[in-house]
Amino acid sequence: MSQPIEFHPSFAERSKAAVNDAHLRRSFRGAMDFLQAKRRAQFPDAAELSDLRDLGAAIRRYALANLPDLLEQLEATLTANGVKVHWAETPAEANAIVLDIARRRNAASMVKGKSMVSEEVGLNHAMAAAGIEALETDMGEYIVQLANEAPSHIIMPAIHKTKEQIAELFAAKLPGVAYTDNVDALIRVGREVLRKKFAAADIGLSGVNFAVAETGTIYLVENEGNGRMCTTVPRVHVAITGIEKVVARLEHVVPLNSLLPRSATGQAVETYQNFISGPRKPHELDGPDEVHLILLDNGRTQAYADVQLRATLQCIRCGACMNHCPVYARIGGHAYGTTYPGPIGAIISPHLLGLESTYPLAFASTLCGACAEVCPVRIPIVDILIRLRNEAQARPGSTDATLRGSGAARTGLVSAIWRTWSMIYGRLGLYRLTSWFMSRGRALSPTEQGAWTQSRTPLVPAPKRLRDLLKERRR
Amino acid sequence: MSARDNILARLRAAPSGVPAPPPDVAAWHATTGGMDRETRIARFRANIEAAHAEVHDTDAASWPALLCDLAAAKGVRTLLVGKDAAEGDAMTAHADAKLQVLRYEKPASEWRNGFFDAIDAALTPARSALADTGSLILWPDARAPRLMSLVPPIHFVLLDAASIHADLYEAMTAERWADGMPTNALVISGPSKTADIQQTLAYGAHGPREVIVLLMHGTTT
Repeated sequence: MSQPIEFHPSFAERSKAAVNDAHLRRSFRGAMDFLQAKRRAQFPDAAELSDLRDLGAAIRRYALANLPDLLEQLEATLTANGVKVHWAETPAEANAIVLDIARRRNAASMVKGKSMVSEEVGLNHAMAAAGIEALETDMGEYIVQLANEAPSHIIMPAIHKTKEQIAELFAAKLPGVAYTDNVDALIRVGREVLRKKFAAADIGLSGVNFAVAETGTIYLVENEGNGRMCTTVPRVHVAITGIEKVVARLEHVVPLNSLLPRSATGQAVETYQNFISGPRKPHELDGPDEVHLILLDNGRTQAYADVQLRATLQCIRCGACMNHCPVYARIGGHAYGTTYPGPIGAIISPHLLGLESTYPLAFASTLCGACAEVCPVRIPIVDILIRLRNEAQARPGSTDATLRGSGAARTGLVSAIWRTWSMIYGRLGLYRLTSWFMSRGRALSPTEQGAWTQSRTPLVPAPKRLRDLLKERRR
Repeated sequence: MSARDNILARLRAAPSGVPAPPPDVAAWHATTGGMDRETRIARFRANIEAAHAEVHDTDAASWPALLCDLAAAKGVRTLLVGKDAAEGDAMTAHADAKLQVLRYEKPASEWRNGFFDAIDAALTPARSALADTGSLILWPDARAPRLMSLVPPIHFVLLDAASIHADLYEAMTAERWADGMPTNALVISGPSKTADIQQTLAYGAHGPREVIVLLMHGTTT
């Protein structure tokens, strides 16, 4: 008997390599313990936290319930403020919009603030292919880009690297920089290198934490100041976001940002909350002449179309779910192979990429529920994981198959097993007969049971059936 | 059909889910409790100091002298002030030979490299502040442009103690932000920092290494 679920080989291989990498395991274990403790310290009052999560969830649900209207309102207010709004259905369309802006301004270089959506669309590659340098400026993202890697955490991109590795990287890649593992010195190196880049860049690109429909405001939070540099110094600012990041009213950002930094990194507040409501006005002395906002779909409308899966879009990208996930803590972000790792990655990626390549992520969970317990906007992550498992096993063409790639995990063997199971459990006589044979023939159980017995003892039917035990008791 | 029309059409075609009533932020905020003026000042100070900023008590008459002393102690030789800014005039009147006061007069695009290299510190006013997170609110304009609070390594901020709100919700509603946002509004909670290398906190990542608040008492506003 083989295990019914066949994991996507590349995910299985990556996660296997990750759990056997002692160095990586130490990095993540240490970082997760640190982030969990810091979050706990920020929420000493369980009742206060519960009320705040209720409000955060209500704000996000309200925004989603009115999403098309709010997007149109956002477009109108931003346009009135002088911001150009673009819509993109696919990553290719989003990249084409950025390229078009860059060509019109004869741009040779772009500095980037932290933006997971720009990772999602592969913006850096698209820019490089067009001969435009796209440089990450968040210290963690800069380190990861210098190493030719991808972020392993949505908030702390270089969480998988030690300071010694970063010291070696800087010494090897940056001319005139000597090896030092002093963190202050390393940050000073990054600061000096990137200052020159900010001054010279033609375009600044940023993500969006929330887009406020009421006032036409792009709200961005950060600690380093690189986000402000990217949105202030270059002549053109391009912001890119998923269509779900809109909120109805300005005051809605207050409770959401009370939750965001405390859930994410366990800090009370970020250093910079940046409210951008337009390009530089004629009398002003700095700020970009042009501000653009790109609204990206890339599968989000598929999640939206389903009342249960719509809750996926409540996410405010704090990363608390991954910080508390026993699977993420052991395999790290890269093993997932998706832009968004961890529990949120498992439930959002199927919409962005299709279930064909992403269904193993929904199975790579113990369903322990730690993610849903810490989610600041109460996304029912466990329910959604189970739903995605069902979708992955659904018969194509049936009413259970509603997503791109539904049924991707379904195999002839699995279907046959479930058909047999259903036949036996649907007929009492057959069920009694089968269970009698199972319990009496338990000595014949195979000792090799595929993936199950790789790290567990074999499954063997009980010597007596429940009905036999009950019969004995009645005597 | 454009991308816009396609996206909106798909969203409008989706079934309506469970009803989502408008969230009541005011009711939630009412449960967080108010603060009197002294508590607001004390909390602001404790929180922003915990975030590695300095706070110095002063008043409307003596802050320029205090700033000159602080500048001298920190080796600041060039101080950027806004053009047509009252606090800039006060500093020009007070500065001695050791402190050069420069005005932010021309667009940043015309002096970008000089701006990035030559200035030790900048002085801007804060519009108001927040007690619960120890934050400064800045609404940059032509008299105090955006880069002043970002590029120089030291940021001096002039804050009227009477303008400290309990929290962001109170500031936003009392100051009626939603009626008209500036090009850029900022809430700043200390010096620039990062913990991107092995969760080790370092200050002065890309913005100022030091934020120094000159807290003015005794004003009537």
